[in-house]
Amino acid sequence: MTVVREPLWDDAPRTKMQGVVRHLASFVSTLGFAAHLLTESVAFFPSVLCRRQSRAELVNQLYITGIRTLPVVTVVSLFTGMILALQVGLELRRFNQEIYLGAAVMISLIREMGPFSCGMCLAACVGSSIAAELGTMKVNDEVAALEIMSISPVRFLASPRILALVLMAPLLGFFCCVVGTMGGGIVGVTQLGVYFEQYMASALSVAETKDLFVGLLKSLMFGVIIGTVAVEEGFSTALGATGVGRSTQRSVIVSFLLILMFGYMITRVCYQ
Amino acid sequence: MSLIAFENVVKKFNGFPVLDGLSFSMEKGEVMALVGPSGTGKSVTLKHLVRLLTPTSGRVVVDGVDVASCSDRELEKIRSRVGYLFQGGALLAWMTVAENVALPLRECTNLSQHEIDEKVAAALAAVELTAAAEKYPAEISGGMQKRAGLARAIVRESDIVLYDEPTSGLDPVTSVTINTLIRKLNRTLGITSLVVTHDLSGALAIADRILLIKNGKAVECSTPAEFVKSTNPDAREFLAAMKGETI
Ligand SMILES: Nc1ncnc2c1ncn2[C@@H]1O[C@H](COP(=O)(O)OP(=O)(O)OP(=O)(O)O)[C@@H](O)[C@H]1O
Ligand SMILES: [Mg+2]
Repeated sequence: MTVVREPLWDDAPRTKMQGVVRHLASFVSTLGFAAHLLTESVAFFPSVLCRRQSRAELVNQLYITGIRTLPVVTVVSLFTGMILALQVGLELRRFNQEIYLGAAVMISLIREMGPFSCGMCLAACVGSSIAAELGTMKVNDEVAALEIMSISPVRFLASPRILALVLMAPLLGFFCCVVGTMGGGIVGVTQLGVYFEQYMASALSVAETKDLFVGLLKSLMFGVIIGTVAVEEGFSTALGATGVGRSTQRSVIVSFLLILMFGYMITRVCYQ
Repeated sequence: MSLIAFENVVKKFNGFPVLDGLSFSMEKGEVMALVGPSGTGKSVTLKHLVRLLTPTSGRVVVDGVDVASCSDRELEKIRSRVGYLFQGGALLAWMTVAENVALPLRECTNLSQHEIDEKVAAALAAVELTAAAEKYPAEISGGMQKRAGLARAIVRESDIVLYDEPTSGLDPVTSVTINTLIRKLNRTLGITSLVVTHDLSGALAIADRILLIKNGKAVECSTPAEFVKSTNPDAREFLAAMKGETI
């Protein structure tokens, strides 16, 4: 597959109607391109894992995706847990039910807020940087140069990045749940007068394997979405530095929207 | 049969024809200089040869194969025969100059590390970049990036090499070195070369034929000796401008 694509039309639309039709057609073509990129990247996963040089690149991407985002992810998930605990805890206190604080925080984190906040962080930190990096390479003809040298940009650039996201997103999602629960605990102990043992006991009593698996599935899905969107936007970049800015912005917006929609759909399928 | 042929190629961007019925052909082993005003579509012409762009109408034929409509496998074959120097160098930012030059050998051949190192060293020496081998593209000047891109384009010793302004941004002495190198590669290895250039004296020195493009059409295609004596008004205008610059 060739990554360097041309616009579908080389003249301007003649009528408004034609413009609308073309917008629709290019939307469909973008979807097809993204699907193609994803499947081909997945097909290259074994080769990324086997070749020595690609493994080095994968380790680098894992570091960028998993380790360099840790500070942001930690702060975001800590505060997510703290906010959840405060909001829920104040309500619970009205009914003298603070002992259930741990359960409430844990359920919302593990089912929804953990994967969600992790996905948002990854889209903002990693997805945007992938889109900007690949976009810059595209407008500088570096992607074209790779294609001409018969080095597949999908294998060389897209696959390690998507694989790193797919591997790291579930881990970070889980990490978010743990840190968020701790944050909730801190608020519970300091603001709401709950004993930490009590909080943890309540939290662990509701943590089911199914919830954990659904949460991990969501994170995994978000990793796939962020990677695919970022790579697609990067490779579709045209028109110089302005184009890079646009692609970066679009990759974040589209990832956010898809994370919300897929989060809802997975919840719907798994809990009904 | 010619190795490379453009047959009435039209290429439009947003309705505007950048190439407007361009036709020319190149024989195997020939050096052709492609000259013309800035923005006439010289880079666009090169991109058509490896299907980075496809014509709106007309045909681009490389060794009997229609590039725009051939299968991916045939395209792969054509691309593996072509070395391409991009106008901006197009080096990968996270690799050193030597790693960039080694890339096509490392990824697409079965050469041993030792052989690769030797070829890379030779290519870098040819473009006088040995000293900058371990630097990153961002740490070297524009002219050096250009030469590194040139080293990468020639390191595979492909049949066809497309040079997009190999000497622009270089000092006169290095320009002569690069022009001599292009000529030497052609003489010793028979590399068919298409050289986009603004450096008319260089073009006159190295090219077998000079092709002048204006408004998307080939307006003059002749040997250097004929070119300087051409009566074509566009060619005269181009020559006059170039001479004015050198006085
Ligand atoms: N991808 C593209 N989309 C739209 N227009 C393009 C594209 N590529 C090139 N053009 C247009 O085609 C024309 C020719 O561009 P090209 O880069 O081939 O010029 P050139 O002859 O190489 O000039 P220079 O000597 O300055 O490099 C320009 O006017 C440019 O605006
Ligand atoms: Mg150009």
